[in-house]
Amino acid sequence: MNLVLQALLNGLVSGALLAVPAIGFTAMFAVLRFPNFSVSGVATLGAFAGYTAYAAGFQIVGSLAVAFVVAGAVGLVFDKVAHLPLVKQGALPAAIASIASGLVLENVVRLCFGNDMRGYDRPIARDVHFGDLRINPQQTETMGVALVIMLLVFAALAFTRVGKAMRASADNPELAALKGIRPDRVAMMASFIGMGLVGMGGMLLGLDSSIDPLTGARILLSIFAAAVLGGLGSAPGAVLGAFLIGMAEELSVLVVGSPYRAAVGFFAILIVLSLRPRGLLGERAF
Amino acid sequence: MLNYLLFIATIGGIYGVLALGLNLIWGGAGMVNLGLAGFFAVGAYVSALVTTTGHLPIPVGWLLALIAGSIAGLVVVLSTTRLREDYLAIVTLGFAEVVRLVAANEIWLTKGSDGISGIPGPGKAALGANFNVAYLLILIVVLAVVFVLMRRIDRSPYGRALRAIREDAQVAQVAGKPVLRFKAQAFALSAAIAGLAGALYGHFTSYIAPDLFLPLITVYIFLSVAAGGIGNPAGALVGAYLVMTLLESARFLVEFIPYVTAVQRAALKELLIAAALILVLRLMPRGLLPERIPRAPQPQTGGTT
Repeated sequence: MNLVLQALLNGLVSGALLAVPAIGFTAMFAVLRFPNFSVSGVATLGAFAGYTAYAAGFQIVGSLAVAFVVAGAVGLVFDKVAHLPLVKQGALPAAIASIASGLVLENVVRLCFGNDMRGYDRPIARDVHFGDLRINPQQTETMGVALVIMLLVFAALAFTRVGKAMRASADNPELAALKGIRPDRVAMMASFIGMGLVGMGGMLLGLDSSIDPLTGARILLSIFAAAVLGGLGSAPGAVLGAFLIGMAEELSVLVVGSPYRAAVGFFAILIVLSLRPRGLLGERAF
Repeated sequence: MLNYLLFIATIGGIYGVLALGLNLIWGGAGMVNLGLAGFFAVGAYVSALVTTTGHLPIPVGWLLALIAGSIAGLVVVLSTTRLREDYLAIVTLGFAEVVRLVAANEIWLTKGSDGISGIPGPGKAALGANFNVAYLLILIVVLAVVFVLMRRIDRSPYGRALRAIREDAQVAQVAGKPVLRFKAQAFALSAAIAGLAGALYGHFTSYIAPDLFLPLITVYIFLSVAAGGIGNPAGALVGAYLVMTLLESARFLVEFIPYVTAVQRAALKELLIAAALILVLRLMPRGLLPERIPRAPQPQTGGTT
């Protein structure tokens, strides 16, 4: 029983971290209308940008900001140059090109940093115990940062002009364009913010363990699963999906062992698509 | 040198089989299979297992690889047929990951990351040094059969119906085409061909391991089809050999770059392939041999000619 509770607690922590890139992915899907597979490479890039900043003496928050800007800018360039011109032909050519972009980024990181695992050099802290449950203060700190990022994103979506424009454009692009919202600008904002969130997500998940060029590829399925589970294009759905996937992944370790943790996302996607194809909160609830 | 060329020709041919299969669904029906490497692996493992631990003859292994590929394809496609194509992209990608996880972790069956070695080649002992030539001939026969089959489908009413689905599934549905059944059939056939390609690969190299079925192979095949011309089987074949040439020349080229480590060389090679795919999609979307859509037969009406 305690094992299950501990797994659920760990799942809450990893779910909060996963929610950040999942919001980014789903927001980009809502506005740009193709599944952007380059999130794997962008998450890796964000993790290494944050790592470099942290090693250069930035604090966690400053390093996250670096990860956001670098990943957002690079992701935006790839969208602009490689993916968005293809969307006119349909979602599939853009999706295929985005796989290639992800590989390009992954290998740029590999060229610069090699294949070795790297860890953020954080001060070691003792676990805090609640009865039989334990949690690491670093985990709570990372989780807190993730929650703050989520709050900021939702506040931005609800109250700022950019957020409102993005929501309108996601809801009905023609109507939004009629109202004077410039679709290309909204697309660029969605791409920059979405990719920035994915980059921060890569760093947040890296803070918890270690990073290497495959960091992003490893979390790709979990990000997709969280977004599909909540309903592709729905930001609150992505958060709900991320917590559920995080907990399911931790619980799966108790049942089938850690090697198959990575398969949880795939089976979650299959189950959701069979039972509730539009996801828990429905598409476009953004 | 001759053996090297034979090896390249054979591997290129196996990519050609994969590319023909991908072209059927991508060019034909507008569906993608981002888990091509997974179906390739399923075929390779099934055929390797039944011929090593199962002691069955090699042709039976190839047949079972075809069947296993089509079953896996059906399972994947039926879970998403009702949805848009982007979901199929996500699910197929996940499928390939799960196949690799199973291959790496079910050690009792697949020997895990050690891989399966000693996969028999057809007549390897008797042929000796001529094995590579003989195998290339077998592969050319298989390739020819698959190619002719794909051409037939491409020019048949079935192929036209698939194209109609690719252009507008709703219109095809209204015109009375069983869209779901056609899509599922095409995907399963394509997955079966990928399975066969996997079996052909395993019996040629005699060794398979989970690390040989990375998503990178999927990118090679997409590059083949895109460069050759999406929707044209001959293009898929030409594209596969082009990619093989590109891969091998890249391997030699990166050797000449000074001051880089082996890891960096491998990274440069992958980077080159991925960048090539983006460039082809952006600058040459119709490929070298663009699709030619044959005119539909004119209904015979007297007096209007």
